[in-house]
Amino acid sequence: MAFDKLELNEIEVWDGNHAAAQALRQAQVDVVSAYPITPSTAVVEGYAKFKADNLVEGEVVMVESEHAAMSGCIGAAAAGGRVATATASQGLALMAETLYQASGMRLPIVLNLVNRALAAPLNVNCDHSDMYMVRDSGWIQFDAFNAQEAYDLNLIAFKVGEDHDVRLPVVVNQDGFLTSHTAQGLHPLSDDDAYNFVGEYKPMNDMLDFEHPVSHGIQTEEDWHFEHKARQHADTMNIVPAKIDEAFAEFERISGRKYNHIEKYDMDDAEVCVVCMGTSVETAREVAKEMREKGIKAGVIGIRVFRPFPFADISEALKDLKAVAVLDRSAPGGAAGALFNEIAGSLINTDTKVLLSGYIYGLGGRDLTKKHLVDLYTELQANADAGKLLTQQQQFIGVRGPKLAFL
Amino acid sequence: MLEIRWHSRAGQGAVTGAKGLADVISTTGKHVQAFAFYGSAKRGAAMTAYNRVDDKPVLNHEKYMEPDYVFVIDPALVYTSDVTVNGKDNTKYIITTHLPKDELIKAQPKLEGKEVYTVDCITIANETIGRPIPNTPMLGAFMKISEMYDIEFFKESMKRILKKLPQKIVDANMIAIQRAYDEVK
Repeated sequence: MAFDKLELNEIEVWDGNHAAAQALRQAQVDVVSAYPITPSTAVVEGYAKFKADNLVEGEVVMVESEHAAMSGCIGAAAAGGRVATATASQGLALMAETLYQASGMRLPIVLNLVNRALAAPLNVNCDHSDMYMVRDSGWIQFDAFNAQEAYDLNLIAFKVGEDHDVRLPVVVNQDGFLTSHTAQGLHPLSDDDAYNFVGEYKPMNDMLDFEHPVSHGIQTEEDWHFEHKARQHADTMNIVPAKIDEAFAEFERISGRKYNHIEKYDMDDAEVCVVCMGTSVETAREVAKEMREKGIKAGVIGIRVFRPFPFADISEALKDLKAVAVLDRSAPGGAAGALFNEIAGSLINTDTKVLLSGYIYGLGGRDLTKKHLVDLYTELQANADAGKLLTQQQQFIGVRGPKLAFL
Repeated sequence: MLEIRWHSRAGQGAVTGAKGLADVISTTGKHVQAFAFYGSAKRGAAMTAYNRVDDKPVLNHEKYMEPDYVFVIDPALVYTSDVTVNGKDNTKYIITTHLPKDELIKAQPKLEGKEVYTVDCITIANETIGRPIPNTPMLGAFMKISEMYDIEFFKESMKRILKKLPQKIVDANMIAIQRAYDEVK
């Protein structure tokens, strides 16, 4: 069946959801099985409109829940199709069981996760508690800091996940509303360039290959379960990072845009640094630049690849610094922030003297202002000058009421 | 950096207006950002939308803004919302109202001493488009006050952005933009 191509302008003003939908169109996804939830709905709505306008050949399957949405994706991927969907927050929570099925069955599905707080209290705005909830589910996780990156990382996600040495599902995270509903100018690829980058889908062990019948979703119990899990994890740690590097390098060749497992900003001579994810990375870059004018050697690290976690890159980038703040946009519920823990884990068993402090911020969409970040860098510099933490290890940014601090 | 805050009710087209303006400005080589606070996300509820414009990429994602322009596209919001919040000394206010400017300022003393412009976007939209959608007329008024672009260039750009609408509606929007451009004071 023939479909029409779109002529795109050199610069298009798109929000993150539309950017993701355009990437799904250009990748010529076979099946989008989805259930709507704010703020991710426009991704699948956009794809469905492309389908109605004869701009894609794929199928849109509207189901009765997010659990069914991912189940539909799993079925279609096992059958041998290129598959994608989108969700957020409670939708992801309801999907959680099936996410482990998808990764365990080595099915390269792309999930646009438009980050939103988890109830209760009910809240449609951005934080990263949904991203964190499935961080151990065996999916590769990319994080976009703006709409351009949400577009780019969708194309890269197909390329990486579908590689026969990888065969893993991929989450592409973007901040709910702050990216998903924020229009900015971006540079899309042409339809041909985008499709040629992603490439024709080559299924492996697909159920519709009747010449080579296979079983999916098998039971193993204690005789094989551990080997499956351990070897898959070993591949994720040992093979996947280099495959991501290959895809990033090829994407740079065609687009000029260079991605890295961690995105370093002004880190060459930095003494203090903020580590964070999502749109906060860009706001922090702007503030870091302003702090340099005040004589503070400020840098920023944004986590681009949250899974597999870039332990070595983090260790190398942070070990010689004086003071580092790790920002977690999720309530840890009785621990340190998850990103704080990962960063601390990256630095352990090195001879680093870096002072590490954790900050919880932005829950339920609470604004992270430039003023907050100026105060944060100032606090880091004071820690660096004193040679010790002058505060407790875990604090909160932008919360009203009496000051809370722990550890 | 040019920063604009829209005061609107959900359903009056502030988001579409903010994104449309961003689209037009983007074609002239500037970097843009357009976003909104949806609040309770109910039709008719007060909401705000935002534009940022700069010569370099817009990295700032904070919601906090000290706007250069405030657009008020629903006449009641000057009473029920504080449209002057986080205003600067030189912030310009373009307000939809049927009142003369001095009566408006008397009715809302917070506008005293501010640079206030008035235009009746609701009446203009009703008489041209046939529905009280005041977003495109507000942009016509903004073109007059800011002198950002020649009005003919702006209307041609908006025709492209509105091209999916029926021709009759596009034409009515062009008349609405021109009327607001001519009538704002």
